[in-house]
Amino acid sequence: MELISPAEYAKDTVLAVQDYSGLAARSLGNLFRKPLYVPDAIQQADIIGVGSLPIVVLTGFFTGAVLALQTSATLQQFGSLSLTGQLVSFSMVRELGPVLTGLMVAGRNASGMASELGSMKVTEQIDAMRALGTDPSKKLVTPRVIATVVMLFFLSILSDFLGVIGGFVISYLVLGLDAQQYWHSAYDKLSYDDIEMGLVKPVLFGYVIATVGCYYGLSAKGGTQGVGRATTQAVVAASVLILAVDLFVTRFLMVVT
Amino acid sequence: MAVTPQATRYPETTHQAIVFEDVSIQFEDNPVLDGVSFALKRGETKILLGIAGAGKSTILKMTLGLVKPDRGRIVTLGYEVSSMREEELFDLRRKVGMVFQESALFDSLTVEENVAYRLQEEEDLPAEEVRQRVVDSLRFVELEQTLALFPAELSGGMRRRVAIARAIISQPEVLLYDSPTAGLDPITSTRIIELIVKQRDFYKTSALMVTHRLQDAFIMASHYFDSQTNQMLPITAGSGRNVHTTFLLLREGKVIFDGTAPELARSEDEYIREYIA
Repeated sequence: MELISPAEYAKDTVLAVQDYSGLAARSLGNLFRKPLYVPDAIQQADIIGVGSLPIVVLTGFFTGAVLALQTSATLQQFGSLSLTGQLVSFSMVRELGPVLTGLMVAGRNASGMASELGSMKVTEQIDAMRALGTDPSKKLVTPRVIATVVMLFFLSILSDFLGVIGGFVISYLVLGLDAQQYWHSAYDKLSYDDIEMGLVKPVLFGYVIATVGCYYGLSAKGGTQGVGRATTQAVVAASVLILAVDLFVTRFLMVVT
Repeated sequence: MAVTPQATRYPETTHQAIVFEDVSIQFEDNPVLDGVSFALKRGETKILLGIAGAGKSTILKMTLGLVKPDRGRIVTLGYEVSSMREEELFDLRRKVGMVFQESALFDSLTVEENVAYRLQEEEDLPAEEVRQRVVDSLRFVELEQTLALFPAELSGGMRRRVAIARAIISQPEVLLYDSPTAGLDPITSTRIIELIVKQRDFYKTSALMVTHRLQDAFIMASHYFDSQTNQMLPITAGSGRNVHTTFLLLREGKVIFDGTAPELARSEDEYIREYIA
């Protein structure tokens, strides 16, 4: 393997960040420039949203269920088992719903975008698109960004809800909690700030997933091996960025609200 | 032409479709082109020759502004593409058709959608008219029966022909062919060359063609398409027929020959004699 100097590595990293920022900014700027590829966005919404439904439903349900199970022992020590509903809904809505849904969608769709666009890149289809007078960032990137942002928003809500149901199933069937008590605790203690945090995060995560997936796809080079590398890098970068953005957004929203 | 007003127009290039002036480029410290200059007249076909890695495909991509030179000026259809921004180039690119080396058909679209792509992107044409033009374009390459097929269902030669149909559907002013016969058997190659000759002689479109196959280049320079018999025929001596086809030979990033087939054959240059031997 060829070793590269730290200066070369730093230069490549700065260039990559610059290219990514340019693509991410263009993907938003394209919203105000014609043509808008609405059918492409709807097709992507179907692939990303409907296609991710099973994985998101299962992840949400089992996360809520295991959350209830894991925390019950501690809550019982303090005689607060009745707060299980609140703990599950609070955790799911503020944190676990958006983050786990984001990570699942990143694993499924950032890789899909990187491999699809990467294959197009190495087979000169991206160049052909440019040669035919189409801006690939408009035709390929912006529809994926719109679709991922919109669908992740709704998928997160679904995941939150399924998580609370999962918590209920465990609380009712295993822990023997009263159903009304669980739902009252889960619903009543949620504040506007919790909902706001839970709805802002998927919008940002969706943007990160789509732009990172498209960036790595469009930067792929070196044949099928390059496409494989781009796919792996896209999933890793999107996942890490989701967790990093989560930390900063959480802190920011805690300060401003 | 609806190129944005910021783009600089060069009226002195009216009779020239493409002009390269002292163009240089290097990829990762490897010089590919070094001071390349040539001009393609309107209606002329220029065949780019040279060994692998000589920069032939790069010249085609530079003509469209897909790759920017490090130095020099490139003027395509009167617009200096080397200094235009990507957004400014899209309108100009619609006047130029390109056939890529591996066809570069969109694999998620059918043959019909691939060929219709440019019309659907740029114009608000009725579906009936688009379909008719797609059929006409595919008929030109004798593939009108493949409308509903996907590129993966076609042979290599058929994919090249579909790529030609896609490139010519909007009747571009310039055509760029990147090794259109690479990797094809001799019979299919000759069929592709016949289509290119047919396009050249029917529409008189200016064209740059990259090829590794010298026999293809000489066939193009020595044959014409006869519309009455619908086949490619050799130019008979003394007929005075001019097919406006010239050769440009690259070596180590520089142009070492730019002229006609007889001039190439008569060249005394040792490298050229070895190349065409």
